[in-house]
Amino acid sequence: MAKIKVENLSKVFGKRPKQAIKMLDQKRSKDDILKETGMTVGVNQASFEVQDGEIFVIMGLSGSGKSTLVRLLNRLINPSAGNVWIDGENLAQMNDQQLREVRRKKMSMVFQKFGLFPFRTILENVEYGLEVQDIEKEKRKEKALTSLELVGLKGYEHQYPDQLSGGMQQRVGLARALANDPEVLLMDEAFSALDPLIRKDMQDELLDLQSTMKKTIIFITHDLDEALRIGDRIALMKDGSIVQIGTPEEILVHPANDYVEKFVEDIDRSKVLTAQHIMKRPETVNMDKHGPRVALERMREEGLSSIFVVDSNRTLKGYITADDASLAKKNDIKHLQEILRNDIPKVDKETPMNDIFNIIHDSPIPVAVIDNSKLVGIIVRGAVIGALASDSEVNLENA
Amino acid sequence: MLNFLHDLLDFIPRIPLASWADTTIDVIKDVFSFIFNPISVYLRAFMEWMVDIIGAVPPIFIILLVALYAFYISGKKFGLAAFSIVGLWLIYNQGLWTQLVQSFTLVLIASLLSVIIGVPFGILMAKNNIAQTIMKPVLDFMQTMPAFVYLIPAAAFFGIGYVPGVFASLIFAVPPTVRLTNLGIRQVSTELVEAADAFGSTPAQKLFKVELPMAKATIMAGINQTIMLVLSMVVIASLIGAPGLGREVTRALQGANVGTGFVAGISIVILAIIVDRFSQGFDGKKKG
Repeated sequence: MAKIKVENLSKVFGKRPKQAIKMLDQKRSKDDILKETGMTVGVNQASFEVQDGEIFVIMGLSGSGKSTLVRLLNRLINPSAGNVWIDGENLAQMNDQQLREVRRKKMSMVFQKFGLFPFRTILENVEYGLEVQDIEKEKRKEKALTSLELVGLKGYEHQYPDQLSGGMQQRVGLARALANDPEVLLMDEAFSALDPLIRKDMQDELLDLQSTMKKTIIFITHDLDEALRIGDRIALMKDGSIVQIGTPEEILVHPANDYVEKFVEDIDRSKVLTAQHIMKRPETVNMDKHGPRVALERMREEGLSSIFVVDSNRTLKGYITADDASLAKKNDIKHLQEILRNDIPKVDKETPMNDIFNIIHDSPIPVAVIDNSKLVGIIVRGAVIGALASDSEVNLENA
Repeated sequence: MLNFLHDLLDFIPRIPLASWADTTIDVIKDVFSFIFNPISVYLRAFMEWMVDIIGAVPPIFIILLVALYAFYISGKKFGLAAFSIVGLWLIYNQGLWTQLVQSFTLVLIASLLSVIIGVPFGILMAKNNIAQTIMKPVLDFMQTMPAFVYLIPAAAFFGIGYVPGVFASLIFAVPPTVRLTNLGIRQVSTELVEAADAFGSTPAQKLFKVELPMAKATIMAGINQTIMLVLSMVVIASLIGAPGLGREVTRALQGANVGTGFVAGISIVILAIIVDRFSQGFDGKKKG
């Protein structure tokens, strides 16, 4: 079952939202409604599901309704219509008491400008969510310290927020959100106020934390790079509506419409595509069966100057060059073992293309692509350049 | 045509606004006398007791204590401390010490009551837009009405002496505290309010743990304004028999006695400066 299920969630800002909701049901556009009634549609019938342990990114430009949408999920803004199910309970129907319980135990939020209380120390800030639950002092201090340690801020607990840099402040924001061990994290443009280098660090750190915590994270951003980097799935928003939901690859390779395509156009493909997208089927010889003659024959057929050597399990053993092979043939060496070379450039199939550039630049032979020490493909120099230039010829079927 | 307009002006006979006000005050006085009378008695007794207590302390102690505190709140600088010593000594030297104690007690009680009443109203105003709509004109009214006017009902409710002085000062001086409490709470950034909500605060937790601490500096500015207004009422309140430095001023006025008036006036200024600096120090941020 999905952790969070959002059904036809809408928000209209104005005096008579019911009227506007009716118009939305009749598929009238946001502009129409504004012109006719003066009301602004913030979120237009959004529906999606978020799985347990998933990082779900909601992306859109400013004014697309993404910040409103995330606030509908914990009802900082009350929805005009629609339902939000969390673990099968409808948040939209809860009374204040029930809602507080969900906010205290199940959902935490991280804010764009950190939302730290300037008159409280770092420790007191992190304790806030526990303090409002009237958890005893010793216990909440212990939890808060654990949480601070998790984000790498041990030793800063008695400082005040304005004594810390932006990146550190946001770590405090994250620690505060993690302190009451929520199942769902809502992150509203959490890294947008940080400078690019810090932002990348924080993204890495979030992914690190996530690999052990397995929270359900809903992450709002306007930055496609960020969305592609951290999202398991991405929802793209425009004018309050969700225009596409999919994995980063689906969105990049099959944009649902012109809007998404335009968005995706500017993306630096080298950050998104990984080794498996640009590799080719490898030519190999099996050292358990083949000798130098077969190897030489195969290289001649394919016009290669070297060939990869695997065993019967397709585990990569090394490579041999054509020169070595013909020498071995002359000297009547039977086993490939004796002329095998081991200095192979290897990359994992998940390696981003960015990191492949240097490896391939220095290498006289193609780069081997490995999955669990098995050879799954090779990358030649031309493929890297080709993938950067092309729009659609990326070999996604390998993925 | 002009005649017609003129007739129109006179068409409605004079509205008996003054007698309505009289009646209102009379009714309030009758209905609430069970509150006003004990307040009048006990508050008066309390304030006289306080004046006696403070008056019993040797002035030199008080002067040194004030100087020490001045030294502390001004960030270990001597200016304010030196001023306090010289100023208070001057008042003592002019034989106005008792009057100073009386005025100080009046200011203290009126200010305390203003804060106790003003801050909750400010909170109500910040939390409730209807309350804000209603209270804004009322506050304007309270502040623009000449302060002398409050003396009349004050005397009607509470007789003469300290208590009507406190009452009149309260009405005149409470608006800044209410307004700035309202403003301070409304100015707390949305994100902090959202953060308080997102972590499951109750409305009371949000108010006491986030909004009031964030609004503290603004509220303190309002309280400072209130105290200054109370001080300005010291002279006016003496017209209905509130004892203190103000009474010296009124007496000097009646006798056209420039010298006495000047000395009493200077004493009030000294008290005002010290109280102002002290109450600015309340917001906890020490300068320097």
